[in-house]
Amino acid sequence: MKQVNKGIRKIDAMALLTGQPLFTDDIAPENCLTIKLLRSPHAFAKIEEIDAGAAVEIEGIETVLTFKDTLGCRFTYAGQSFPEPSPYDRLILDSYVRYVGDPVAIVAGSDEKSVDRALKLIHVTYDILEPVLDIEKALDHESVIHPEDDYHVNFDIGSDVKRNLCCSGKFKSGDVEKAFAECDMIVEGDYHTKATNQAMMETFRAFSYLDHTGRLVIVSSTQVPFHVRRIAAKALGLPSSSVRVIKPRIGGGFGAKQTLVCELFPALVTLKTGKPAKIIYDRYDSFTGSNSRHEMKIRVKIGADNRGHILAIQLNTLSNTGAYGEHGPTTVGLSGHKTMSLYNKAKALKFDYQVVYTNTMAGGAFRGYGATQGTFALESAVNELADKLNMDPLALRMKNLVKPGDIMAGYHNETLNSCTLEACIEKGKKLIGWDETYPVKKISDTKVRSMGAAITMQGSGISNIDIASAQIRLQDDGFYTLMIGATDMGTGCDTILAQMAAQSLECDIQQIIVSSVDTDHSPYDTGSYASSTTYITGTAVVNACKKLKQMMREQAASIMEADPADTEFDGRSFSNRDKAISLDKLAQTLAVGDNKILSAESSHSSPISPPPFMAGFAEVEVDIETGSVKVIDYVGVVDCGTPINPNLAGIQAEGGIVQGIGMALYEDIAYTQKGKMKNNSFMQYKIPTRLDIDNIRVYFEPSFEPSGPFGAKSIGEVVINTPAPAIAHAVHNACGAYFRTLPITPEKILAKMQEYC
Amino acid sequence: MRLRCQINEREVRKEIEPDLLLIDFVRQLGLKSVKRGCDTANCGLCTVWVEEVPVLSCAMLAARVNGKKVTTLEGVLDKARVLGAFIADQGAEQCGYCSPGFMMMVLAMEKELAGQKEDPDEAWIKHYLSGNLCRCSGYQGQLRAVTAYLKYRKKEAQNETG
Repeated sequence: MKQVNKGIRKIDAMALLTGQPLFTDDIAPENCLTIKLLRSPHAFAKIEEIDAGAAVEIEGIETVLTFKDTLGCRFTYAGQSFPEPSPYDRLILDSYVRYVGDPVAIVAGSDEKSVDRALKLIHVTYDILEPVLDIEKALDHESVIHPEDDYHVNFDIGSDVKRNLCCSGKFKSGDVEKAFAECDMIVEGDYHTKATNQAMMETFRAFSYLDHTGRLVIVSSTQVPFHVRRIAAKALGLPSSSVRVIKPRIGGGFGAKQTLVCELFPALVTLKTGKPAKIIYDRYDSFTGSNSRHEMKIRVKIGADNRGHILAIQLNTLSNTGAYGEHGPTTVGLSGHKTMSLYNKAKALKFDYQVVYTNTMAGGAFRGYGATQGTFALESAVNELADKLNMDPLALRMKNLVKPGDIMAGYHNETLNSCTLEACIEKGKKLIGWDETYPVKKISDTKVRSMGAAITMQGSGISNIDIASAQIRLQDDGFYTLMIGATDMGTGCDTILAQMAAQSLECDIQQIIVSSVDTDHSPYDTGSYASSTTYITGTAVVNACKKLKQMMREQAASIMEADPADTEFDGRSFSNRDKAISLDKLAQTLAVGDNKILSAESSHSSPISPPPFMAGFAEVEVDIETGSVKVIDYVGVVDCGTPINPNLAGIQAEGGIVQGIGMALYEDIAYTQKGKMKNNSFMQYKIPTRLDIDNIRVYFEPSFEPSGPFGAKSIGEVVINTPAPAIAHAVHNACGAYFRTLPITPEKILAKMQEYC
Repeated sequence: MRLRCQINEREVRKEIEPDLLLIDFVRQLGLKSVKRGCDTANCGLCTVWVEEVPVLSCAMLAARVNGKKVTTLEGVLDKARVLGAFIADQGAEQCGYCSPGFMMMVLAMEKELAGQKEDPDEAWIKHYLSGNLCRCSGYQGQLRAVTAYLKYRKKEAQNETG
């Protein structure tokens, strides 16, 4: 019975589609206190005084909490394994506010109206400080964003916080100066990717209460329940055993919910008042008081000989982590390591980076996690190199691609086991009709159509760090319960993990009940991020199922008085030549008297992070009179190893491409000169609507990853990386100018065309 | 103020604040399919029907439905199951948070099409549904699902009349 590589419905699909109450706010108790936050109107200031006297007098107000009510022990909101690489630069509420929107006070009351009234009556006196708003001027700026002396890093990340330097580092392989000296053609450019908002449809939200033993229960829309448990305990001064975190259905995350954003506010209120408390971020809060993709400025230098052999690549990334360092030290690495490694034949690679603090909203995790920014820079530079060499950009790539068996110097010296990137390029080229339109075709007096392309890689989990455990239980009527700690945030991981279990146990998927995360019950998992779930948690599931199968075989053989080695299992019964026992019968027998209830566990971590690959091809139509641009066709060909559920993998890819198109053409978090976010709602921050999207076509060129479950690698992140460079390339081919700053708006296109002509 | 209306074919009488929004009113009644996704009437997640016409419940006062008929996804579950199956077959619900509002809009579109426009093209469908944002699916799977659903419904209607 085939269960994997099969496009079945998500196990929660019909419940979601019939609007069942499955999300955090749908299941919150009626008697929760309502919480809202007073936020800083200043980009950088020290709070001199807070007077909440009038606010607490309002009828219905339960409590108003300020920095005086929180512990002084710093921590990070980043949902990462301990010891986190992100610096400990946060308090729940601080005496310094470091961006417009930084929380100043927590107001809890019986209803929204009293809370709104109370918020207006809190008087705060600020000592307003000069904010740091320009990424280029952050280093050694006279304003030190983190002047506190209890700032802490868990290990050396090259930080110098008094210089506003969150972290820095270097990598090199080979002699880059020598390799550049051998090049016939060198391209250099500065590429700028902007902060963008994950903009999942369900904003941040959580509620909390004390259970029958007085423990704190946090129900949160989070990707990282186990990290929330650990961080909440630390921040609130509780033992971890006193905190329980439950994750219901999640309305999207894209990385935003890999950082704690709102959980600690209700938790603190519940601890102070003993009452259930709930916080729901509105869309303004979600835009201005959370986290975004890190803005990066990336200088690329790439050189080749005149036959198109890429000999040297040098990247220099300056990343903006905003007011706090969540994911700052980790995203930046991907801008180099997950881009240069595609061109593994280069003789030398060099990558330097610096991550700086500014008084803007903190960076965080966003699908692609630095690789997206790096891919825009390096792939754009490769397209410019092809242009200068007068070569077809796909032919240039074909000459230089990483191949199975290669040791990837830029990718932690991992050996590449599986890769069909060449086939991805060939297939995509044919499907988009590259040879017919590349580089450009005039279709009327005012409109042209043009082509662009880019390739990319990501990872599958964080090697040697991510760990997942899974437990599979045989229940008394011959069905199974699969306990996992991975968090389905809409991606369908509960379904694909059930598919893997069903395949391993040779049964129908209906026989697998998947229990989603409750830290009191679920086995530990670092969480759903870094494209880890299919590959890491999936392997844990497969191994647990193998163990259970063997245990069941032994028990069945014992009941049958047979040799386990001769006992076969077909998913319904165990048998040898003479005897048989059905699974139901076995399970029922084991559930009575002096027997054994069977369950098996496995935990898995991987020393490698096999990259999935993708080739992306954009056909755009540019109006040369107005500069307006539309993606009329996008072909993505993906190597994610074996797609466990091709339907869900396909939707992931389509969704990722559209999110990438948003980043390429529209999305750009912008600030006023005083540091206030300009585009704080869907009125000003445009994400793609269905009218913006014409044709998206996704195909697979599956490789088989020997270390992955059923040959699978990851899919979730790699799919967002190609649109920005492929569209920039296509627009260049339409109008001749290079676009090195995102997003590529009609205004920029028009201005460049006028400059160019 | 006193509000009297019909919600999902049930008579409802409630004392409400005059500034209560329709979305909060129906959620307080336990109709949790209705979701809030923005605060600026941009996303379509809160779509319900008032007198069979789709409206954004975050941009309408509850007081305005006095004496009127309101329908949420909970009130059209039979239809939702049929349409939902087409979306589920594509995997296009993904996180599912925008699904109820989207479904209400597709079902409203279907009603509007009946007898008016036999075979809407993709551009027409996209335009009708353009107010419903989705950040997960990239819209393509939803379009495939809606197209297949309309085709199925047309065939079903033909079978009934034939």
